[in-house]
Amino acid sequence: MHPFAIELLQLLMLLGLAPAFAGWVKVVKCRLQGRTSPGILQPYRDIGRLFVKDVVLAENASWIFRFTPYLAFGVTVLAGGIIPLISVDLPLAATADIIALVMLFAIIRFFTALAGMDIGTAFGGMGASREMMISSLAEPAMLMAVFTVSLASSSTSLTHMVTVMAHNPLMIRPSLAFALIAFIMIALAETGRIPVDNPATHLELTMIHEAMILEYSGRYLALIEWAGMMKLMLFFSLGIAAFCPWGIAAGGDPPDLALGVAAFIFKLMLGGVIMVLIETGLAKMRIFRVSEYLGSAFLLATLGMIAFFILE
Amino acid sequence: MPPLDLAGFSVLLLLFTAALSPFLSRWERFLIPLAFSLATLASFTAVLAGFLTLLHGTNAAAAIALGLPGLPFNLRLDPLAGFFLVVIGLLSTFVSIYSIGYVRGYLGHRPVTPLVLFYLLFLAGMLMVVLADDAYFFLLSWELMAAASYFLVMFEDERAENRRAAYIYLLVAHVGAIAILLSFGVMAGLASGFDRFDGYTFDAMRSARLSPEWAAAAFFLAFFGFSAKAGVIPLHVWLPEAHPVAPSNVSALMSGVMLKTSIYGMVRVAFDLIRDFPWWWGGIVLVFGLLSAVLGVLYALMQHDLKRLLAYHSVENIGIILIGLGLAMIFTSFHFPALAALALVAALYHTLNHALFKGLLFMGAGAVIHATHERNMEEMGGLIHLLPWTSALFLIGCVSISGLPPFNGFVSEWLTFQAFLLSPELPHPLLKLLVPLGAALLALTGALAAACFVKAFGVTFLGAWRGHRKATRIHEVGLSMRLGMALAAASCLALGVLPTYVIGWMDIIPERLFGGQIASSAGKFGWMWLTPYSHERASYSGPVVFCGILAVVAVAYLLLHVRGAAIRRAPLWDCGFERITPRMQYTANAFAMPIRRIFGFLFAIREEVEILSPRNHAVTAERFHYRLRIRDRFWNWLYTPLAVAAFWIARWVGKLQQGRIQVYLLYSFVTLIVLLAFLG
Repeated sequence: MHPFAIELLQLLMLLGLAPAFAGWVKVVKCRLQGRTSPGILQPYRDIGRLFVKDVVLAENASWIFRFTPYLAFGVTVLAGGIIPLISVDLPLAATADIIALVMLFAIIRFFTALAGMDIGTAFGGMGASREMMISSLAEPAMLMAVFTVSLASSSTSLTHMVTVMAHNPLMIRPSLAFALIAFIMIALAETGRIPVDNPATHLELTMIHEAMILEYSGRYLALIEWAGMMKLMLFFSLGIAAFCPWGIAAGGDPPDLALGVAAFIFKLMLGGVIMVLIETGLAKMRIFRVSEYLGSAFLLATLGMIAFFILE
Repeated sequence: MPPLDLAGFSVLLLLFTAALSPFLSRWERFLIPLAFSLATLASFTAVLAGFLTLLHGTNAAAAIALGLPGLPFNLRLDPLAGFFLVVIGLLSTFVSIYSIGYVRGYLGHRPVTPLVLFYLLFLAGMLMVVLADDAYFFLLSWELMAAASYFLVMFEDERAENRRAAYIYLLVAHVGAIAILLSFGVMAGLASGFDRFDGYTFDAMRSARLSPEWAAAAFFLAFFGFSAKAGVIPLHVWLPEAHPVAPSNVSALMSGVMLKTSIYGMVRVAFDLIRDFPWWWGGIVLVFGLLSAVLGVLYALMQHDLKRLLAYHSVENIGIILIGLGLAMIFTSFHFPALAALALVAALYHTLNHALFKGLLFMGAGAVIHATHERNMEEMGGLIHLLPWTSALFLIGCVSISGLPPFNGFVSEWLTFQAFLLSPELPHPLLKLLVPLGAALLALTGALAAACFVKAFGVTFLGAWRGHRKATRIHEVGLSMRLGMALAAASCLALGVLPTYVIGWMDIIPERLFGGQIASSAGKFGWMWLTPYSHERASYSGPVVFCGILAVVAVAYLLLHVRGAAIRRAPLWDCGFERITPRMQYTANAFAMPIRRIFGFLFAIREEVEILSPRNHAVTAERFHYRLRIRDRFWNWLYTPLAVAAFWIARWVGKLQQGRIQVYLLYSFVTLIVLLAFLG
C-alpha cells in the first residue's frame, strides 16, 4: 500500500476506534466492579447525541472558549498521524519526534485551561490551576522517561525507536523496565485517570479535567470528549510504540498491515485491562500527594537512566 | 552599501535624531512621530546590515580616530555581531513603531522629550556595544547604554519606587561594569604587558597567550559582569524592580534586547577572545543557567503585577539561553564542534526568540496598562472583550514563551533538548549522568512557564472584570501600537514555522567561532524538515504542524457548520450554583497556590488571615482579610547581609573622621613619618 494510504487508514482507525476503546475500558471496569455495563458502543451513542444537540454557551464566553474544542480535536488528530500504530512507513512520522509530540499535547492542555478560565467560574479556574500544576510536575518525569528510552536506540524519532526495538533480539533491559513503570504512572496523570484524576466524577472538590470543561455542551463537548478518547488511545499507542512494538508492519504489504492491525488491537485491549486493574485497585489520591507520586515517577525514570549507563 | 557602513549610518542617524530632539521639545506632538519614525528607519537599517553580514559571511573592520589620541575606536562587523544587530534592530523596529502611539499617551501629562532623547541614545548605545572591537569603545558604549536606560527607568521620577528601582539598577550595572573592565584589563595586560596600552583591542586579546589561571580569572570576571546586566540569579534583583516602573516600550527593549547584549559579551569573550577553556567553565555557566531558569519561572508564578511577572520571566529565559551556552562550552572543550554548534545555535535562536516574544508581551502589557491604568492583574479580567486585538496578540506571545509548537519558543527549547539528549556522547562519566538531569529541569521550567502564562492570560484577559473600579472607558489601543505588536507576533510565528531558513543563516556563527556546522544536517531534507543532528535522531516540521492543525480545525469547523445548529447564549451553569459574582473567580494568587505549596520552601512566604466578626469566629465572620507576602529569598540571603556589611565598614572607617582639624593634621603627620620611614 502507498504510505499515504497507510496514513489515512491509521487516522480512520484512530477516529473510529477511540470511542470503542473508551467503551471497552468502561465494560471491563463494570465487569470488575460487579456492575452492568452500558456496552462497548455507548461512547458512540454519547458523541452522536452531543453532535445533534444545540449548543448552550455561557454569556461571557469569548472566542477562546469556542475555538478550544476545534483546536483540541485538530491537534489530537495530527498527533495520531505521527505515532506509528500499525506501520512505520508513515509520511507524517517525521513531523515530530517524541519530545515535540509531548509538546503537542501541551497545546491542548494550555488552551483547555484557558477555556476553563474564560467563563469566569470558580470551578473553571480551579481545574485550570490544578491541571497546570500536575502537568508541570509530569513534564520533567516524562522527559526523563523519554530520555531513558531514547538511550537504547539513541534517537527520539518514534519510527526509528520502533524499528530498532522491533528488530533487535528480545532482551530484558532494566533501563526500559524502569522507564515503563515511570511512563505508565505519567500516562495515568496526563490522561486524567485514577489515582490522579477521576474522569467519571463531577464531585465538585475532586474534579480536575472535568472542572475545566464543565460549561461545554453540544458539539463543543462532543469534540472535546472525542479528542479525549483519542488522547487516551494515543498515550497507549505511544507506550506500545516505545516499549513493545513487536508485530508492527515495516512497510506497506497488506498481510503485514493486517498483522499490524491485529497486534495493535490486541495490545490495546490488553493495555486497557491493565489500566482498569490499576484504576480499580487504587483510590484517587489527594491533590497534594500528586507531587510525591510524580516525584517517584521521575526517580524511577532517572534510575532507568543510571541503570542504562551502569549495566548496559 | 557594505554592511558596516549601513550599521554606521544607523548609529549616526540615531545620534543625530537624539541631538535634534531637544530643539523640538516645544513641538512634542510633532517630535514623537518624527523621532520614532527615524528610529524605525535606523533600526531597520541595522537589521539589514546584520542580515547582509550573516548572508555573505563578511567580516569588515574600521578604525575611527575619535576618542583619546593614540587610542582610536575600533569597529568590526563579523557574523556574531551581525546576528546581534539583527536581534536588536528587529525588536527596536517594532518597538519604535509601537512607541509612536504609546508615547503620545503621555502628552499633556508630562514632557516626553527626555524619553525620546534617551530612547534614541539607548538604541545607539546597544548597537555600538555590538559593533565595538576594542575594550575602550566597548565600555564607552556599554556605559552610554546603562546611563540612557537609567534615565529611562527614572522617567516617572515623582514616585519613590521608581527612584529606588533606578538606583538599584544603576548600582548593579556599575558593579557589573567594573568586573567587565577588570576582565578586559586582565586580557589586555597579558596581551601587551601591563605597561603598554595597545593590548586594548580585541585583536590583541585574541592573540594573547593566557595561562589557565588568568584565563579563568578573565572569563569569570566577565561572566560576573555580564550576568549582573543579564539578571542571572543571584544578580537578578534589579530586574523585577526596574522593568515594571519603566515606560512599557522601554521595558520591552530592556528585557528584549538590552539583556541580550550581555549574552553577546559572554559569547564574544568565551568563544572569540579566549577560545580555549576547560569543560568546567561550561559546567558553571550551565548550573547558573538552570538555577536562573527554574527559580526565575517560580518567582514569576508568584507575581500578580503583570510587568513584574514578565520581568521574572526574563530571568528564566536568560537562564535557558545560558543553558545552551553552557552546553556549547562543554561540547567545545571536549572537541565536538557539531554538537557545540547545535547548542550554540539553540542558545542564539532562543536569544532572538526571546527578544521577539518578550518584546511583544511587554508591548501588550503596555497596551493593557495604557487602557486600564492598572498593573495589578487581580484588578483586571475579561479584557478579551474590550481589547480584542491586544488580547489576541498577547496570546501569541504567551503561546510562544510557553514553548508550544508551532511558535518560535518551541523550536529553540526543542533544540536545547536535542543538545541535552546528545550529552551521552561526552567522554566524561560524571557529565553523562548529571547533564540529562538538567534536561529534566528545563522541562520543569517549560511546563511551569506554561502554567504561569495560563495564569497571566487567564486572569488578565479572560473571565469577568474583577476590579473594584468600574470597567468604563477601556478601549482598544491605536493603530501604531497594534501594528508594532502584530509585526512582532508575525515574526514569532514565522520563526516557529520556518526554522530551517533561520538556522541556515545563523550557521556561519559557530563555523567562524569553532568550525562547527549544523545546517548541512539541519536542512538536509528541505526547508520543511528540521533535522538538527541526523534524521534518524530527531526531526520536527513546523510547516506540517501548523498547516496540519489548521487543516483539521478547518475541516471539523466546516463539517459541523453545514447543519447550522443554533447557539443559545445563557447564564453560567457552574454546577447549578446561583448568583456568581466576579469576585468568586480564581485570582492570580489562588491559581498559583498549588505550586506555591509544593515549592514554598524556596520563598519567604508570610500568610495572614484576619477574621472580622463579632465573636471572632470563622462561622460568624463578616469579613475576611487575607494578606500574602512573598519575598525573593535572595534579598535576605545575599543583599541584606551585604548592605549590613557595607554599613558596618562605613561606620568603622567613619571613626577616623573626628571633625577636628588637629586630628586631621596629626593623620597627615603620621602618614608622612610612615612614608619616610618606609621609602626613605
